Amino acid sequence: MNEATTPFHSKWYRERTSTYWWMSSWPYFLFIVREVSSVFVAWTVVFLLKLVNGVSHGADWYQAFLHWASQPWVIALNVASLLFVLFHAVTWFNLAPAALVVNVGGRRVPGALIVGGNYGAWVAASALIAWALLGS
Amino acid sequence: MADRITLQVARYRPEEQSAPTFQEYEVPVQKDWVILDALNHVKDRIDGSLSFRWSCRMGVCGSCGMTVNGVPKLTCATFLTDYAPGPVRVEPLRNFPVIRDLIVDLGDFMRKLVGVKPWLVRKEEKPISEGEYRQSPAELDAYKQFSMCINCMLCYSACPIYGLDPKFVGPAALALAQRYNLDSRDQGGPERMEELSTHEGVWGCTFVGECTKVCPKNVDPAGAIQRYKLEAALDWVKGVVMPWGGR
Repeated sequence: MNEATTPFHSKWYRERTSTYWWMSSWPYFLFIVREVSSVFVAWTVVFLLKLVNGVSHGADWYQAFLHWASQPWVIALNVASLLFVLFHAVTWFNLAPAALVVNVGGRRVPGALIVGGNYGAWVAASALIAWALLGS
Repeated sequence: MADRITLQVARYRPEEQSAPTFQEYEVPVQKDWVILDALNHVKDRIDGSLSFRWSCRMGVCGSCGMTVNGVPKLTCATFLTDYAPGPVRVEPLRNFPVIRDLIVDLGDFMRKLVGVKPWLVRKEEKPISEGEYRQSPAELDAYKQFSMCINCMLCYSACPIYGLDPKFVGPAALALAQRYNLDSRDQGGPERMEELSTHEGVWGCTFVGECTKVCPKNVDPAGAIQRYKLEAALDWVKGVVMPWGGR
């Protein structure tokens, strides 16, 4: 693609970015996978909302939800969603220190501690939910 | 170690060609040679018509950025031996218009840079008699990393967002804006917010992160942009929660 856009250069060459630019390197590919994983995060939210809706309307609705959720395509979609949501969470946890600058006592908290804090909160929330479901 | 290596150099002569082609040159491999030395060897001994930019030869001026085997590099800091036995493909920086051979036009960046006001903005200058604006080491540390940018444009070359949307202000200009926003002497944050908190500004960035990886000065433009997003979002929330003057 050629465009003459300055009075100093009457002709130049400008390469258009390929539609498949994200396949040109591994980091670009991982970036696109991270972006696509948002769709599966959205699906997970929809699935949870359907679960809450089923539970809130009584035993019949809940049984209907379980019947629907046990279909092979829903199970396959949920397994794929679990993998994508894990990837989504891990990549964003690891990127958190770039955006979050925390200073304590005039010193910047190391990025590893911010990442560790994210993982710690994840483990704590998972343990709380496991306790609520299994322990009570 | 082989004593010679092949350079595949992109050539574009606008008066003769409609698109770049590649030309091969055999150059000697010396342990202390960087890609720029090999290009200068070609220019001096083999083909004087080859055009490329360079100046300081020591990673300070930011002039010799090129794409080496698909990755944006400062050619004065990229050793030839790391690519042995070759071939080494040398192309101009991506995402910019090519003027000739390995030279790209940086006018777009220059215009955008001015737009983010990369200088100290003061509402009112204090009289000279009151002395200089003093800073503590901590205040210096707050922005020092972002002040190391040498405008080499490797980050723009690595950024697919800039390639897809040339209106995007881009990593270096945004990092330099943040360099002044974080400077304790500066009062231009609100003025810059109008330019930065836009779709073409920080919100155009989807955090690919490659700008930070290729930066030869560890400036971390991606970090600067994400920090600014957080700041802009908090500013918006303050404006909603406290419309009478939270900002």
